[in-house]
Amino acid sequence: MSVLEVARDVLAVALLLAGTFLCLTAGLGLLRFPDVLARMHAGTKPQVLGVLLVMVGAAIRLQGWSATWMLLLVAVFQMLTAPVSAHMVSRVAYRRRHVRRDRLLVDELRTGGGGAGDRVYKGDEPADAPPEEPATALAESREEDGRAENGRAEDGVR
Amino acid sequence: MTVVYWAAYGMLGVGAFLALVRLGIGPSLLDRVVATDTLLVIIAAGLAVHAGLERDPTVVPVLVVVSLLAFVGSVSVARYIGGMLVGSADDGQDVGLPEAAEERAARAAEASR
Amino acid sequence: MSAESAAPAAHRLRHQLPLLVWLVLVWNLLWGTWSWANLLSGVAIALGVTLLLPLPPVTGGSRLRPLPTLSFLGWFVLDLIGSGALVAWQTVRPSGIDRSAVITVQLRTDSDLLLTIVAESLSLVPGSMVIDMDRERRTISLHVLHVRDSGDVERQRASVLKQEERVVRAFGSPEEVAALAPARSTGRVAT
Repeated sequence: MSVLEVARDVLAVALLLAGTFLCLTAGLGLLRFPDVLARMHAGTKPQVLGVLLVMVGAAIRLQGWSATWMLLLVAVFQMLTAPVSAHMVSRVAYRRRHVRRDRLLVDELRTGGGGAGDRVYKGDEPADAPPEEPATALAESREEDGRAENGRAEDGVR
Repeated sequence: MTVVYWAAYGMLGVGAFLALVRLGIGPSLLDRVVATDTLLVIIAAGLAVHAGLERDPTVVPVLVVVSLLAFVGSVSVARYIGGMLVGSADDGQDVGLPEAAEERAARAAEASR
Repeated sequence: MSAESAAPAAHRLRHQLPLLVWLVLVWNLLWGTWSWANLLSGVAIALGVTLLLPLPPVTGGSRLRPLPTLSFLGWFVLDLIGSGALVAWQTVRPSGIDRSAVITVQLRTDSDLLLTIVAESLSLVPGSMVIDMDRERRTISLHVLHVRDSGDVERQRASVLKQEERVVRAFGSPEEVAALAPARSTGRVAT
């Protein structure tokens, strides 16, 4: 076994271990972070950097070209698809108020009139995220209810 | 080499276990989606680590399938949850694709004519 | 009549060509080996896929400048490793994470493809994640980790703009690169 081969193995194993360590921190982050968006940051990290490291490490260890191409394909697919799924989940999370706004320093999507964000609290609420302005939320939802009632009443009159 | 095995599979196992805990307690559906996604990525990483350490390329096609399944799964669940949104202008699902630049140019040309 | 219908068809084929090449490449990579049989079946499958599931055409910025592209890729990998390590450190350190923020950045480019690349590369780097994007107003909303004060927010905004600049310099048309220069904006959204 030549020096070059040993160096290659050491490099590959180091990359594999770094990737697995990122997977460990992903699990840790999932458990420790306070809300869905922060947890998604923990989740995307091994998805991109960790997968990349592990794939490169495995490609160095596996010497067939066919396996290398396939690992490359997996890495490319991950890079293309991870942002898409992350975006879809985070957008829904933001709109459904799975975000702890008390932990946000600034929220320009809301203050900047981005137009995103629904008014009614309903459905699948996270237990750890209280409505940040309970009075306003209640008033808003009453208003919504009232509007719905009025609409129905008008229909009845007509 | 034995140390490497234990370290790699140990870290992956603990990471997968923590993701499973989040999957179990995760207060909302989206937490569980994120946890499932991470769990599948950790499984894919585990397969790749196995392939690398054993020099065994037979699991590599499985890897492709797992990594694509993770994407399809989380996107479909996210769309499903988006469909449950109430009271918002667009319900988290795109009604149509956003207007492409080409179509906009064509429409502008049409209008100016 | 036939000439009129042939022209858009050729136009569409030209737009679809990169997609076809990509599909054939993926097919070959999936098989793992290169052979004529793989190539031909790949072409057949790619044609079938593009005919059965047509995509809207992507316009603009299909050129590629080698040097800026390298710089973009290099910065991207550096960013990936740097902020990956940062987020990893934030998960393992005892005090947990700082506060996070949702920022909205005014971008300058107006091309679907370039905006897509910007958003993808921003999402891929740990620590920032695209939540929403307003195509008409060209604003992009991100959730960013590790912000402590408003200085950090401005720094993040500047890094988003720099990322956009690198993408446009690498893939954009000359007009789009020129559009970058005068607008030395702060990236704040005018309200």
